[in-house]
Amino acid sequence: MLVVKDLHASIEGKEILKGVNLTVKPGEVHAIMGPNGSGKSTLSAVLTGNPAYTVTGGSATFYGKDLLAMTPEDRAHEGLFLSFQYPVEIPGVSMVNFMRAAINEKRKYHGQEPLSASEFLKLMREKRAVVELDNKLASRAVNEGFSGGEKKRNEIFQMAMLEPRLSILDETDSGLDIDALRVVAGGVNKLKTDQNATIVITHYERLLDYIKPDFVHVLYKGRIVLSSGPELAKELEDKGYDWIKEQVDNEDKK
Amino acid sequence: MSQNKGNNKRKEEEEKRIISDAASEEYKYGFVTSIDTHVLPKGLNEDVVRTISRLKGEPEWLLEFRLKAYRHWTTLKMPTWGHVHLPPIDFQAISYYAAPRKQESGSKEIDPELKKTFDKLGIPLEERLRLSGMAVDAIMDSVSVHTSYRERLAELGVIFCSISEAVKDYPDLVKRYLGSVVPYTDNFFAALNSAVFSDGSFVYIPKGVRCPMELSSYFRINAAQTGQFERTLIVADDDSYVSYLEGCTAPMRDENQLHAAIVEIVVEDRAEVKYSTVQNWYPGDKNGKGGIYNLVTKRGLCRGDYSKLSWTQVETGSAITWKYPSCILKGNNSVGEFYSVALTRNYQEADTGTKMIHLGKNSRSTIVSKGISAGHSQNSYRGMVKVAPAATGCRNYTQCDSLLLTPTSGAHTFPVIEVGNDSSVVEHEATTSKINEDQIFYCNQRGISTEDAVGLIVNGYAKEVMAKLPMEFAVEAQKLLSVSLEGSVG
Repeated sequence: MLVVKDLHASIEGKEILKGVNLTVKPGEVHAIMGPNGSGKSTLSAVLTGNPAYTVTGGSATFYGKDLLAMTPEDRAHEGLFLSFQYPVEIPGVSMVNFMRAAINEKRKYHGQEPLSASEFLKLMREKRAVVELDNKLASRAVNEGFSGGEKKRNEIFQMAMLEPRLSILDETDSGLDIDALRVVAGGVNKLKTDQNATIVITHYERLLDYIKPDFVHVLYKGRIVLSSGPELAKELEDKGYDWIKEQVDNEDKK
Repeated sequence: MSQNKGNNKRKEEEEKRIISDAASEEYKYGFVTSIDTHVLPKGLNEDVVRTISRLKGEPEWLLEFRLKAYRHWTTLKMPTWGHVHLPPIDFQAISYYAAPRKQESGSKEIDPELKKTFDKLGIPLEERLRLSGMAVDAIMDSVSVHTSYRERLAELGVIFCSISEAVKDYPDLVKRYLGSVVPYTDNFFAALNSAVFSDGSFVYIPKGVRCPMELSSYFRINAAQTGQFERTLIVADDDSYVSYLEGCTAPMRDENQLHAAIVEIVVEDRAEVKYSTVQNWYPGDKNGKGGIYNLVTKRGLCRGDYSKLSWTQVETGSAITWKYPSCILKGNNSVGEFYSVALTRNYQEADTGTKMIHLGKNSRSTIVSKGISAGHSQNSYRGMVKVAPAATGCRNYTQCDSLLLTPTSGAHTFPVIEVGNDSSVVEHEATTSKINEDQIFYCNQRGISTEDAVGLIVNGYAKEVMAKLPMEFAVEAQKLLSVSLEGSVG
């Protein structure tokens, strides 16, 4: 579904991604790991079209369509979802209104009629259960006054509502205690089918105990420098990133 | 280079297109009704004042009131302290009276052209067509066209009619209250209005009556080169309640037109008045040409103990707005509220706010002002909270927020606070923020376009005020905000 080739991107003139290659197929879970500042969050921002970043080379296609030529909202309509590392608060805008706008825009894009109020509320109720999101949170303003854990849970709730084909979870584990982590990961696993795919971005192996990846990639200096099976995550947990850094740095010197 | 550069460029062009589309977007209410209108020749002098009074068949005392106001006005200079670029106004180049002829002749029948006009504005004049059960006083140029539900309200003793009719039918009430809250000596525009005011609404709610429906006035300027000077007087007697709504539109014209109204409200013991405005006068075009100068004096006197007056306004129109709906809290334990959303775009200028004058003991006031500036517009909040030395135990809370949508727009605040005793508490909070790119991207990522995202975010920002509007009005106001915002982010 997703094919990324030699992707380069920069922010304020500074190049962060220096040739990323990645292929994701339906049914797969990919983990992208790497030390701080290696470009993990940049990759998620560029794929979803954050205007703060400029793509300077390479390509990305999603089901054969040129992803980089699409507006961020069309990427969303095509089924790309980002669970934000730091979800923003939008004061005064209720989750209900926000989600209804999102769902109906997507339906419009696909030539469907908007959902009626009762159908919509039914859907909300159903999906809230996936992440055990309190009804009170769902009727409050978007992320306003939510705790860190509630914000992350709310991200997965939105993912459940929008039923994306590819979800990118950007540091979804950061700021979560072990119980919240279990609920959030449980939600992600419930939403998993052989038709959709997930990219999990994280620096700790911890989350991968709950969301089992098929592939683990290490991003360093703006490139994927190592790809392997799930056993790589364990190895990284034990040995850290230094051995990979050393290898890459030595290659660069040559 | 990849297509990404192209993508960025396309996005930029897309944004430019949206902006230019919106800027050139037609003001929906900008049409002109072709109707036989009696317009007084331009110019202002004592004869004009006498003519207006005679055309309206007024009693001697009212003519005297007008003449005193006129003579006082000639001694005044137009004020210049507002944070707006108000050009000198040639008061001799304006006509002070314009009336659709048929209505002027006192015909009970509504001219079909007029009816069509108000239908087009969404204000049906026939009662059977109205589902919401709202009584309307429709005013075109200088006269009241029609007031609905009068008879039904009269059964409860509620008087709702045009002020011209009230002068004839209830002279004692009008005489007692007219100018009692805003005297003609109050300010330049108040003096002008008192001299030449044409029509407006009169409301009297008798003791102990809770008015069962929303009362509303709809103001429409139609004739060219005229000014509209309406006057509204609302009196809520002891233990009564009324909710009153005001809406306004005008045709698109290249010239500026003057609207200088007065609203006076008297609230007696334990009575409550809610006054809501959705102001959508023609704001001028994208280059700042034309538009209404909206220079209005609105003031309420909470005369009775435990009386309450609440102003709610959503301001999106007018080239220049200059108005400060205020409360004089004379009664002990009286309450004043002011909730305002002012949105300016293109070259609009708004200088608006409120005064809360605490004279009664334990009186309380709340001010929530939300300014939103787009384009090259300037948006100012000007407020005064004054607590008299004898007014002990008073409280005020002021929250004054500004949201900037473009780098070329401006937001300003001019608060004045005077507290005359130690037992009163006055709080003032102010924030200024820019529309947040992260919020917009968050919405984009969920499939919501930038334009809709701005609409959502701004409506969310204004929600506290919108929530104070009556239901049907709130929906209208929300739409108005979103439409006015289209393409305002650059």
